[in-house]
Amino acid sequence: MTPPNERKLLTPEEYRAAQDSPEFTELRRRFRSFAVPMTVAFLVWYALFVLLSTYAGDFMSTQVFGNVNLGILLGLGQFVSTFLITQLYVRHASKNTDPISDEMRTRLEAHEFAAPRNEETPRG
Amino acid sequence: MADLFAAESATIGEPAINISIFGAFVVVTLIITFRASRNNKSAADYYAAGRNITGTQNGLAIAGDYLSAASFLGIAGAIAIYGYDGFLYSIGFLVAWLVALLLVAELMRNTARFTMADVLAFRMRQGPVRTAAAISTLFVSLFYLLAQMAGAGGLVALLLGVSGAAAEALVVVVVGALMIFYVLVGGMRGTTYVQMIKATLLIAGALVMTIWVLAEYGFNLSSLLGGAVASEGQQVLEPGAQYGVSNATRLDFISLALALVLGTAGLPHVLMRFYTVPTAKDARKSVVWAIWLIGGFYLFSLVIGYGAGALVGSEAILAAPGGVNAAAPLLAFELGGTVLLGIIAGVAFATILAVVAGLTITASASFAHDVYASVLKKGQGDPNAEVRVARITAVVIGAVSIGLGILALQAGINIAFLVALAFAVAASANLPTILYTLFWKNFTTQGALWSIYGGLIVCIGLIIFSPVVSGSETAMFSNFDIAWFPLRNPGLVSIPLSFFLGWLGTKVSKEKPDVDKYAELEVRSLTGIGAEKAVAH
Repeated sequence: MTPPNERKLLTPEEYRAAQDSPEFTELRRRFRSFAVPMTVAFLVWYALFVLLSTYAGDFMSTQVFGNVNLGILLGLGQFVSTFLITQLYVRHASKNTDPISDEMRTRLEAHEFAAPRNEETPRG
Repeated sequence: MADLFAAESATIGEPAINISIFGAFVVVTLIITFRASRNNKSAADYYAAGRNITGTQNGLAIAGDYLSAASFLGIAGAIAIYGYDGFLYSIGFLVAWLVALLLVAELMRNTARFTMADVLAFRMRQGPVRTAAAISTLFVSLFYLLAQMAGAGGLVALLLGVSGAAAEALVVVVVGALMIFYVLVGGMRGTTYVQMIKATLLIAGALVMTIWVLAEYGFNLSSLLGGAVASEGQQVLEPGAQYGVSNATRLDFISLALALVLGTAGLPHVLMRFYTVPTAKDARKSVVWAIWLIGGFYLFSLVIGYGAGALVGSEAILAAPGGVNAAAPLLAFELGGTVLLGIIAGVAFATILAVVAGLTITASASFAHDVYASVLKKGQGDPNAEVRVARITAVVIGAVSIGLGILALQAGINIAFLVALAFAVAASANLPTILYTLFWKNFTTQGALWSIYGGLIVCIGLIIFSPVVSGSETAMFSNFDIAWFPLRNPGLVSIPLSFFLGWLGTKVSKEKPDVDKYAELEVRSLTGIGAEKAVAH
């Protein structure tokens, strides 16, 4: 909830126009195409780890080297994958979504989405 | 995450050193809080530190908010005693941050002002949804607060050498009074500084202990694990020591794992931290910092936990007054004598203070901003009056949590139970609605209300009928038995049910979703247009 003086800046029509614009569709696609599959992936990997630890104790106790077993290694693997996904997301966002969202924000501030629709600068 | 520190007269180390280190922390943070308070003018200052905190600072503060005493003492202790099963906690607590990073943090920063309800009520009927979100915020925060207060009393009893019900109650009162003071004077800015200092001390302390333990074993993880095996047997490296007992305990572990991984992104005090930075990019940066700091810290806990198992031994730990939670302090004493113990003990108190301050400001903001200003005053109230209400609420919440904390401490209620309950409630009542609001175009007010109230009521209801509350030797009430629900953690049932209720409530509701508000929410959340700006001073 924005205070009234700030909300006057953009009308519902402008938001609708911005939402329907091709660049916003592209922005949403790029955001979701990373966030959704990655969320599914890390949740599946986490669930697999939890289920293996719960129901496959013998398998997780397999010694790999010295006293280090598979359970410890897969557990550390959860840390590694978390750090890795974090950095991949940062790279994806700064390369693929930030440029569109920065550009759209500037144009929204300039009321370029106010009717009549401004069609001259579509960008993907 | 284990039983409350038992109250016995025995102490470890030198209480004078412990007290003086804790005292130094309190003095330094009080001075900083006073300095921070000079800039507290508006509601944005009080609730969101003027949105002037940098991403890096906020990442440190998030780590300070998240790494509670349960994390520090509880996880190290659980690893020392149960080995591998203790390690599983820290993995759940860490992986959960990816939900916050990928799906929640930036979008919420772009669309909210001060509270979680700002987003949940964005495209819904304000009154009912804000009220529901405020109720669930209060429940989550209060359970979390209780755990910390009860932990503070027990910890102090152990480390400062005070004992007896009255002395412990006095400690809870002192901790509560300090917390109220930080929040009243410092607002969100003061609280943020307290959390940053605490996170630095905690992570540095854990790093020192980790290097020290590893040095004892020639910086070889395998030899450290070998040390733990020599002291406690092979089972400390294998899953199942704590949760592998029966089918019910296995399901219970899965339930806990689900609550942990989905709870973090629904914790109101964590969400509120995202509003203290100037832009969504800073929110992203703060979560990235938080993930590295929290992940690093949990890796240290692994070494500290196995180190305590190897060097102190589970018999000595369980025989100590704090039981399983004494593992880290005992290891500090073993390694560095009274000085290192004093430092670690001081850091543990600081931890509790910083976490309770963050919780109090969140709960008070939710009441003042959502219930008082938006529902009772219909958004027409004076912002100064709103901040005044928030301050009064902070005092009331502080007083209530002091009272309940004393009761919880004296009833011996398990801290782990309360913290896991807070996570389960957050994952059941808040997360489904947050995700539906941000991503599902047709979501309606009725869906939100069914999901929030349904998740909250089922979650708390199942806990009341679980073995934690009655029917077993270790239950809160062992003299009667109403426990028909077999699991100690309700997440496995309540979280999917809440997602289902949100879907069902939306499908059967007659109201049309507000397409204009959804367009505004979606455009704002992804582009940052119209997002609240930082306050210039």
